[in-house]
Amino acid sequence: MAASDVKLLGARPSPFVNRVQFALNLKSIDHEFIPQNLAEKSELLLKSNPVHKKVPVLIHGDQPISESLVIVQYIDEVWSGPPSLLPSDPYDRATARFWAAYIDEKWFPLVRDLRNATDEQSKAAAVEKLFEGLKLLEDAFVNSSNGKGFFGGEKLGYLDIVLGCYLGWVRAGEIFTGLKILDETKTPALVGWAERFASHKAVDGVIPEPEELVNLIKMFQARAAAAAADASTK
Amino acid sequence: MAEEVKLFRTWSSRYSLRIVWALKLKGIEYETIFEDLTNKSPSLLQYNPTHGKVPVLVHDGKPVCESLVILEYVDETWKHNPLLPQDPYEKSMARFWANFGDDKLMKSISQLFIAHEKDQDVAAVAALENLKIVEEQLKGKKFFHGETIGYLDLAFGWIANLVSILEEIMSLKLVDGERFPHLSSWIQHFIDAPVIRDCWPPRDKMIIKYQVMREKYLAAATPK
Repeated sequence: MAASDVKLLGARPSPFVNRVQFALNLKSIDHEFIPQNLAEKSELLLKSNPVHKKVPVLIHGDQPISESLVIVQYIDEVWSGPPSLLPSDPYDRATARFWAAYIDEKWFPLVRDLRNATDEQSKAAAVEKLFEGLKLLEDAFVNSSNGKGFFGGEKLGYLDIVLGCYLGWVRAGEIFTGLKILDETKTPALVGWAERFASHKAVDGVIPEPEELVNLIKMFQARAAAAAADASTK
Repeated sequence: MAEEVKLFRTWSSRYSLRIVWALKLKGIEYETIFEDLTNKSPSLLQYNPTHGKVPVLVHDGKPVCESLVILEYVDETWKHNPLLPQDPYEKSMARFWANFGDDKLMKSISQLFIAHEKDQDVAAVAALENLKIVEEQLKGKKFFHGETIGYLDLAFGWIANLVSILEEIMSLKLVDGERFPHLSSWIQHFIDAPVIRDCWPPRDKMIIKYQVMREKYLAAATPK
């Protein structure tokens, strides 16, 4: 299939976009990456995802698909040859989907809380909550990997993509707060996994460097502070 | 060995109803365990240690949690009477809309339900916008996937019952036949469908439950 048949509307720092990039890379799918300016959304983005107006959007032929987890499953089902992203057994698939929902709905918002924490006390509280979640994910990893290197076993799979996309932001959060989130004394299996994940060839070069993300955090905080100042002077 | 299927649910949980309907559509026999969420059973906590919520489907001793995850599990395990479309693009759309229903639509309707009078107008705008989006999806269709009930009908099924209950409590009409002809028609078809209609929780009990809930929220967030 020609590269122009598969387009990805995205923004490099978005972990949700990165997920789709991992999936496309793992499946060796030729595609065109169309970077989006999220402050000034393009006609194409608004037309392709009118409901949410967000990235990522995968455009396959002329059909747009939105929501990163929906897109990754779509990729797995359309390009169904190896490597498979989701396990084949229905129970294992349900387990992977369960943890994906947990990661997105419960765990990653905690990373956001950390980013938004302004004082030492709220930072420490946010990291504590993150640890509790990571413990659950450590157990999930041990159960899922069956002694191998990834959630997917010997190869990268769905859950590796779902959690791995956040590693840049996790590292940026560590630099920004000076606090350790991925700690080998607390979640050793995940620390080992994170290193293997980051060096995988499908992942290499996709996630921006933590320093770039730290700058973005500083920018978000400055904007939030300015907005708050604006609101209070009105 | 016969398969053993158990469903942990509550009498009112809209998420649990999805699974009740799915199992009925597939003709699967199962045991029901009704939970009191103020006094959770050790079994529930053992089967869903992460969230301690319903529904939980236990199949031959193995628990599956999160209603949309359970729906896909049921569909993949018992392949007759498929709930999800076979085509990958149509399947993606189904998953997309189910997420929209839970993340955006349900939230906006809940927000309206617990809004103080002064905030009701703004909350209503969001809820109506989201309902309009669903209305668009139903144009030219009896059910979300066409002629027969499927995944998205089960995902949106709560609308058919809960919205009229909330409307009665709020004395506010949200889904009227004029603004939402397709949604209203879908509600009628869904609510009366043989597989669906005997499963609704008792309406009077629901009214009391949600009335109490609303009063609690309004009291807790009394404007200064």
